[in-house]
Amino acid sequence: MLKNGARLQSQVCETQIIVVRAGTTGGALTCGGAPMIELAGTPGAGLSLAPDAAGGTAIGKRYVDAADTTEVLATKGGAGSLALDGVPLAIKSAKPLPSSD
Amino acid sequence: MTISLILDMATSAHGERGAFTVDGTTVTFDELGHLVAAVGSELQDSGAKHVVFLGHSGLELPVLLFASAQAGLPFTPVNYRLGDRQLSDLINRVDGAVVVVDPDVTASFTDVSAPILSAHVLLKAARTRTDLLPSVDIDPDAPAVILFTSGTTSAPKGVVLRHSHLLSYVMGTVDFGSAESTDAALISVPPYHVAGMGTILTNLYAGRRMVYLPHFDAGEWLALARDEKATSAMVVPTMLERIVQSLQGAPAEIPSLRSLSYGGARMPRPTLEAALVAFDDVGFVNAYGLTETSSTIALLGPEDHREALSSDDPAVRMRLGSIGRPVPGVEAVIRTADGDPAPLGEQGELWVRGPQVSGEYMGLGSVLDPDGWFPTRDLAYQDADGFLFVVGRNDDTIIRGGENIAPAEIEDVLVHHPSVQSVAVVGIPDDHWGQAIVAAVVLEVGADPDPEELRQYVRASLRGSRTPDRVIYVSELPSTATGKILRKEIVANLVASAQS
Repeated sequence: MLKNGARLQSQVCETQIIVVRAGTTGGALTCGGAPMIELAGTPGAGLSLAPDAAGGTAIGKRYVDAADTTEVLATKGGAGSLALDGVPLAIKSAKPLPSSD
Repeated sequence: MTISLILDMATSAHGERGAFTVDGTTVTFDELGHLVAAVGSELQDSGAKHVVFLGHSGLELPVLLFASAQAGLPFTPVNYRLGDRQLSDLINRVDGAVVVVDPDVTASFTDVSAPILSAHVLLKAARTRTDLLPSVDIDPDAPAVILFTSGTTSAPKGVVLRHSHLLSYVMGTVDFGSAESTDAALISVPPYHVAGMGTILTNLYAGRRMVYLPHFDAGEWLALARDEKATSAMVVPTMLERIVQSLQGAPAEIPSLRSLSYGGARMPRPTLEAALVAFDDVGFVNAYGLTETSSTIALLGPEDHREALSSDDPAVRMRLGSIGRPVPGVEAVIRTADGDPAPLGEQGELWVRGPQVSGEYMGLGSVLDPDGWFPTRDLAYQDADGFLFVVGRNDDTIIRGGENIAPAEIEDVLVHHPSVQSVAVVGIPDDHWGQAIVAAVVLEVGADPDPEELRQYVRASLRGSRTPDRVIYVSELPSTATGKILRKEIVANLVASAQS
């Protein structure tokens, strides 16, 4: 179960994320085909980037599921792409606000 | 997760880009990151529990903000211009502080037991340091910044902004890395103001270089904006007023400038209209926020400004005086004195809620209601299209003969009189009415109208009960550095002179 504010890392690339909205899903968040783990955790041995999940994750971008209930922010980019329950997350288009201060 | 994440992300995405320019010297994001780690290590070694800073806007400011976070300590920039007694009192209220002083400021605080450190000495020691300590791991709900309010209505209160509040503000309102490599923001707000903190966090996150102008002067502001090819800037109303005055009707001619935001106090309408003409291809942004809300919570954007300026519809034109609509993540509601939602268009107190809203004071605790709503103490109303209008501080309301009168209503009329440069309307104790209305007016140079003429000018547009009982002329209005008028000082002077 994802939690708001949780920081997770990929086990197969440099990607790190923050959970912005955890939604109601009990699903597993993966990056590069492997489940994401706590920032303090140690990546499992023998895991490697899955070729069908190697589209990459970009720093500073927000990613959402199709229902727009789960949202994460990439705090570090990497070679793996994000998915929830096997379904790839999409980049959320930003609605730019004018600079205010 | 702390505000350190903002600097980490910015350095890893565009480390070689310029981050800050002070006096023509630019420091890159990488250089800033390195300096922060070194100063943070020094602060960890110092054993301090809190960092207080007395100084101008300069490289020391962002370095100390992030170095404090690196060391897991709250950061408090203080107004160095305060008197000895007040400054000593504020510093003594901060537990376990180390006071870092910019040697370029003359600050007087004789009665302080906290250790005092020169900013230059600290940065010099940091630059030669070889062993960098890792960041102290702290909770996202730990205090990041404590700012003292300007104290226009009461003694200054220390507002507690936690890492989570500031991160929510930045990540909720700014698109990471959205600035072009050629972007530059010209910063002239004071360091101890919430906008002085907000501007560092939001511009770093956007990847935008900041250019500091520590001592505001209209001519220098215009020259620096041209020299540094500023693409955005933030000013308080008194600064914009001086810029417009210095231009004397000429266009501003800063071809690089795309965005000009203002906030911190109410903007006089004639100043805004003149500025929209002088900066005719610039996008204007009215940013409304409080210290307690981690800076901006509502915005009136560029299109809203231009649409209002060119509209024949009085309701649309009125929007030049609006604070716009809430930013993402912030909810706003206007409540009557009974706590019920006010009907559309009716005045009440503005309450806000959201993850960036703190509403907490050092030593006093939180003033949020059980559902997380914060009372801004600002009197406001909302129009049919959702635009919010602030008419003044709740505490400034004059009650004359049982009728509630917002000073802004009278000020907005008087400021359009050709003889009036600026005006503040206050209530003073009165045996007959409870409070009498006094308009303190700064006249335009050379103007000498009969006070009765100004009274009649108000009477012609407002009801008789809103006509000032007295109009007095003053040489200037006492105000804070961000242009908030110190009404209680005006009242105190009036009462003192009536008694003498």
